[in-house]
Amino acid sequence: MAPEGIGARLQRKEDKRFLTGKGRYTDDVNRAGQTFAVVVRSPHPHARIKGIDAAGAEAMPGVLAVLTGAEAKADGLGGLPAGWMIHSRDGSPMNAPVHPILADDKARYVGDPVALVVAETYAQAKDAADALMVDYEELPANVALDKATAADTPKVFDDIADNRCFDWELGDKAATEKAFSEAAHVTTMDIVNNRLIPNAIEPRAALGDYDSGTDVITLYTTSQNPHVARLVISAFVGLAPEHKLHIIAPDVGGGFGSKIYVYNEEVLCAWASKRLKRPVKWTAERTESFLADAHGRDHVTKAELALDQAGKITGLRVHTLANLGGYPSLFSTAVPTYLYATLLSGQYAIPAIYANVEAVYTNTAPVDAYRGAGRPEATYVVERLVETAARETGADPAELRRKNFVREFPYQTPVIMTYDVGDYEASLDAALKLGDYAGFAERRKESEARGKLRGIGFSNYIEACGIAPSAAVGSLGAGVGLWESASIRFNATGNVYVYTGSHSHGQGHETTFAQLVQSWLGIPEDQVEVIHGDTEKTPMGMGTYGSRSLAVGGSAIYRAAEKIIEKGKKIAAHLLEASEGDIEFKDGKFTVAGTDKAKTIQEIAFAAYVPHNFPPGLEPGLEENAFYDPLNFTFPAGCQICEVEVDPDTGVVEIVNFTAVDDFGTVINPMIVEGQVHGGIAQGVGQALLEGCVYDLESGQLVTGSYMDYCMPRADNLPSFRLGFTTTENPSNPLGVKGCGEAGAIAAPAAVMNAVTDAIGADIQMPATPEKIWRALAARGTAHAAE
Amino acid sequence: MHAFEYHKPSSVADAVAALGKSEDGKLIAGGQTLIPTLKQRLAMPSDVVDLRAIAELKGIREDGGAIVVGAMTTHAEVAESDLVKQAIPALAALAEGIGDPQVRHRGTIGGSIANNDPAADYPGAVVGLGATVHTDKRTIAADDFFTGMFETALAEDEVITAVSFPKPEAAGYAKFPNPASRYALVGVMVAKTGGGVRVAVTGAGPCVFRVPEMESALSGGFSADAVGSVKVPADGLNTDIHASADYRSHLITVMAKRAVKAAGG
Amino acid sequence: MSIPVSMTVNGKAVSKEVEPRMLLVEFLREQLGLTGTHVGCDTSQCGACVVMIDGTSVKACTALAAQCDGSSVTTIEGLAAADGTLHPMQQAFREHHGLQCGFCTPGMVMSAVDLLQHNPDPSEEEVRDWLEGNICRCTGYHNIVRAVLDAAGKMRGQAQAAE
Repeated sequence: MAPEGIGARLQRKEDKRFLTGKGRYTDDVNRAGQTFAVVVRSPHPHARIKGIDAAGAEAMPGVLAVLTGAEAKADGLGGLPAGWMIHSRDGSPMNAPVHPILADDKARYVGDPVALVVAETYAQAKDAADALMVDYEELPANVALDKATAADTPKVFDDIADNRCFDWELGDKAATEKAFSEAAHVTTMDIVNNRLIPNAIEPRAALGDYDSGTDVITLYTTSQNPHVARLVISAFVGLAPEHKLHIIAPDVGGGFGSKIYVYNEEVLCAWASKRLKRPVKWTAERTESFLADAHGRDHVTKAELALDQAGKITGLRVHTLANLGGYPSLFSTAVPTYLYATLLSGQYAIPAIYANVEAVYTNTAPVDAYRGAGRPEATYVVERLVETAARETGADPAELRRKNFVREFPYQTPVIMTYDVGDYEASLDAALKLGDYAGFAERRKESEARGKLRGIGFSNYIEACGIAPSAAVGSLGAGVGLWESASIRFNATGNVYVYTGSHSHGQGHETTFAQLVQSWLGIPEDQVEVIHGDTEKTPMGMGTYGSRSLAVGGSAIYRAAEKIIEKGKKIAAHLLEASEGDIEFKDGKFTVAGTDKAKTIQEIAFAAYVPHNFPPGLEPGLEENAFYDPLNFTFPAGCQICEVEVDPDTGVVEIVNFTAVDDFGTVINPMIVEGQVHGGIAQGVGQALLEGCVYDLESGQLVTGSYMDYCMPRADNLPSFRLGFTTTENPSNPLGVKGCGEAGAIAAPAAVMNAVTDAIGADIQMPATPEKIWRALAARGTAHAAE
Repeated sequence: MHAFEYHKPSSVADAVAALGKSEDGKLIAGGQTLIPTLKQRLAMPSDVVDLRAIAELKGIREDGGAIVVGAMTTHAEVAESDLVKQAIPALAALAEGIGDPQVRHRGTIGGSIANNDPAADYPGAVVGLGATVHTDKRTIAADDFFTGMFETALAEDEVITAVSFPKPEAAGYAKFPNPASRYALVGVMVAKTGGGVRVAVTGAGPCVFRVPEMESALSGGFSADAVGSVKVPADGLNTDIHASADYRSHLITVMAKRAVKAAGG
Repeated sequence: MSIPVSMTVNGKAVSKEVEPRMLLVEFLREQLGLTGTHVGCDTSQCGACVVMIDGTSVKACTALAAQCDGSSVTTIEGLAAADGTLHPMQQAFREHHGLQCGFCTPGMVMSAVDLLQHNPDPSEEEVRDWLEGNICRCTGYHNIVRAVLDAAGKMRGQAQAAE
């Protein structure tokens, strides 16, 4: 019989509404008296705003307001802050100015919000926005990452002399230098982790709705973490106190990290609504998503790996330049530091590691978390290095990895993390088998016979998920705690609401969380309603990112379920006239141990709300709330093997095999987990082969500003994937789970690029476009001279 | 989108009249380029004159030795036409490769060639197959029709009514799509026609162009090898983030060979 | 300067006065409240807005409402049977987890339905080629392709059974 509850491939509860057009996304919400807002954005990468003449625009038909930085200042609005303090090597705190809600003195990237126009209709707002006169003094722009700190490079912020946010280090520099000085072999690589634009298919949107009777602002918004948005808009922007801000993130059409950041437009709609006393809606055009959604990645790294004579890795060293764009954003300072350098040990026992990371500002869109956030960058560095070292030393890439795996747990890396459990050899071996590594040589010959170049590449990733123990991240500079909360409410008739602070924007929490409750409390999943995304309905929450929802949010539900059982035992003991210590709970039934006296949990729930004969001290009701703060990060790990075929005539890459074996610990819904892996791999393949954000270095304009130029992975770019799973149960949370949302995107770029470089016999940077490959082949003299 | 007046005439004469009466009118055929352009406010016509209700502009027929495609015939109709598939399979294949299915269901041959996007496929077919463009006023030979980037020989008030493609002895089209937009980075149509071999390249330059060196090489022997050593110089070819002029130059040769192979050479 | 537009949407006749510049997708979402059809881009690439016009899939963001006067339009809301039974394509997307966030899903499903009208027995490659105009950021397309192939099999089976 197929399993029910945990482990079941249960079809998703949320699908019916999505498949019938009944999903309710932010732009689908309309309020009586609604007005429409258009954001006027800087057309220049760097410009002083000398003045804004709003008179013409204000006089246009239907226009209700033109708001600028001056009004924001007059209303006392603060800016959007960085959420994680980083200290430089010299002990000084980072330079992190806030992002004003509307540019006050300067605009710092193309797309920086400068004014908000509100009108009765969208077309009227658009017409007036076109007519708004902004007097810009164009300034020279700082666009090239590698020149950002140079003396003659223009300054993004007048008072940050070298455009540097911080110059940070992690690890033992001296020990690492020693390892390199004694190495038998050193692999050195220049590695670019290309800038990406997240491109959730639902563009961001916000709808502010102020109620002058209660003074409450309701904000519908495309957020991954509505409670965090409430905190930021209240505590930092100062628009309204937390209890007068009601944030609703209804159905959200994908996030991938880009909807963590609390954006200007969300604040603008809430603020404008309060000023106008009418609902104000803004929905991004895709062009705006390209310009003003937080971008991802954008690292330039010099990476080195030291090995001894026997092929054991003895040291790893990186210098990384990380682009923060025009302003710091919520997580952006943590991404290239504690989410990156702490994972540089990979799956390997490396005695000495040293990382130096400089983060800089440029006149480009702000960068923040994007699927994996720091961990893809780390995996890419480690796995490109290891694969390249294997090639340079003539070792089999699988065997070099095997030789260096961490095998004893817990394992303390030299870069903060303590890996609690894992079996890297198991996932490697499973992947070798599933991907038929043994048959590769034959397949390569067969490709050669067809004039194609075949290559194979590995990526053995590890990630730190389930962020995170609040004490740990607090000591590292986080501005918030990273717990999660949940509550379980039984109705008198025995069905259940689960309220969670996690947020689902495609992950299927309504299904997975219901499966948990079915397993733990014996309530059929169709009797469980999962509620999320509304700060007035749900308990406190920290939201969904970093593959934390199940490990942290699920564990909070577990704690709440424990409390439900505890309370249920008290009620059962009363009803069954037994002592509480004799009551056992299993499969939805409270039983007096050793007897057949039992009450179902539904009966207990009914009694809890009809407590006609409850004794003094036994509280009515069956509803429990819990907070869970994790004990450790979780460490999903696995192995991907990518096989590609390159057309030497054109440089086009086709992925011909893609194998992924993951250890996510306990899997609640294999169907959903597989879907997460598929999607992650697609984004990783996109980064490796197709996607790359390009700014024109002269003009500072975004060249890849639409789907005409930013290359999204489409169905015909991708193969079907072969997936496998191995399991080591996570000891650090009550579910034994690790998290699965980001693994695919973390591992895939290295697997693909290792395969591509294997096929063409040359190193190139992502994205591996046909032209780059053609040039690399031509340089090697192996490109077909068009036969 | 800026506001405009909308007209839906049922004859070419009425369309021309509506255009004439407007301050700054624009014809809309399938709208697959014009509507996105309007949405981005890159064009602001006073009037939009819709050609879709004009029956005389639709359909595919055989006329003597030619296949005549009405200007308002969609890419999907050309791709699926038994007549086209049988007489000029390369034209059906080219139409099948334009945009995506939904674009092919709306976009038309007349709209495509009147717009003359340098990365569009149809100009390659019209020039490569030596077609004739029929308008409400005259006929224009393919070689005279496309005059520059987004420019054609059409007068302001001239309406394309049909394109007639003489049946070639053999023809093939090979396209290297822009990985993002799926337009042609390089598209090469090769045709063996009564008037000799024709090779037309779209996507690579500011406007579709012929490659006389390839044509003469193929006249000497219609095989892929014949064009393998002919290289179109990179000078004057397009350069963008997707492909440099050098790479386009290389791709022209590769695609020409594939087009010849597709034509059976 | 509004002009009258009449069409049949999901089997119901509707008539409205609209501005000539109104797009079909705006007409559906704003005038008719059919918010199942989504807008994901402004360059006619993403396909979140795909609907059927007179039985053929088109991008509702790249058609003027005025151009659709007299047409019959089917949106995702009109795909399931009147009694709520999901269309086999909707059912297959659910069974194969062919959707995650759901935003591209309406356009994806409508496009896939049209594929099977043209080609009732597509190969995996043909499915992937056809879906060129529908971008999904969540699923990596793997399960979408499985769903379309499965729906094709089931619909062929139904068609045979009906013969």
